Amino acid sequence: MSPLYGVQPGDKLKAVTLPPVTRLDLIKYAGASGDYNPIHTIDEEAEKAGLPGVIAHGMWTMGNLAKLFTPFYEEGFIQNYSIRFRGMVFLEDVITLHAEVEGKDQETITFNVRAKNQNEEDVIKGQVVFRKTETRIAT
Amino acid sequence: MFEQSIGKRSKTVKNMVERGAVKKFAEAIGDPHPIFMDDVSYSRNMAPPTFPRVFDYGVIEGLDLPKKGLIHGEQNYHYERPLYVGEEILCYAEVEDYYERSGKSGDMGFLKVKRYGEDLEGQRIFSEEQVVIITEAVRRGMRV
Repeated sequence: MSPLYGVQPGDKLKAVTLPPVTRLDLIKYAGASGDYNPIHTIDEEAEKAGLPGVIAHGMWTMGNLAKLFTPFYEEGFIQNYSIRFRGMVFLEDVITLHAEVEGKDQETITFNVRAKNQNEEDVIKGQVVFRKTETRIAT
Repeated sequence: MFEQSIGKRSKTVKNMVERGAVKKFAEAIGDPHPIFMDDVSYSRNMAPPTFPRVFDYGVIEGLDLPKKGLIHGEQNYHYERPLYVGEEILCYAEVEDYYERSGKSGDMGFLKVKRYGEDLEGQRIFSEEQVVIITEAVRRGMRV
């Protein structure tokens, strides 16, 4: 039986708190994603753009948030993942990842998802639709 | 100022879901799960849902975006099935829409770009929609 089987609207996945954001996190993401916009890595460039300091790539936070669902990929996959970027993430920010069941039908479970900073402000917010599949890929 | 780009699309580019790139990406988002990188315990490995960021979608002729000052407003992925390590996929991008709205900080431009990934038979694997916000200051800079 799938660990997701039996969830009800209002149920929450276990929240995950990330370690404080470091410059190295963003340098690694720049390299892995190919997004070398310097406002994410170089203070002077961020300041030239009117920012108080470097900010995380929105896609770094969105990528992190998806990991709440990784333990369930043997039972299905993310069919839809929609995010609005709401606030900036700075170095040393402590981000917490949340997902709550919004609704479900036979094949899908819809979650409201968000990442918050240490001030309880949403930095990204959106929805995940998880679709159950029969395919087994474990050997 | 981007209205004339609506409907324009790039030429298709073939991409490979490279094992090393998936591993590096999964590590960079703090999610080094075996399902992405352990090919002994899994008959095939998936790529994280935001991995398509890495692909080359080709160039949309005439769409010259400023290098600086863009704001990423929204990002939406839709998958028909998971993306697997080792697959070859055909990618292209298309300008879906552009419109301007007045806001607190002047007129903002909203550019919607859709990107697609298909298998070699042309079956859709995923699509993504990105909304980029272009502030008035940036657009003014571009007109000079």
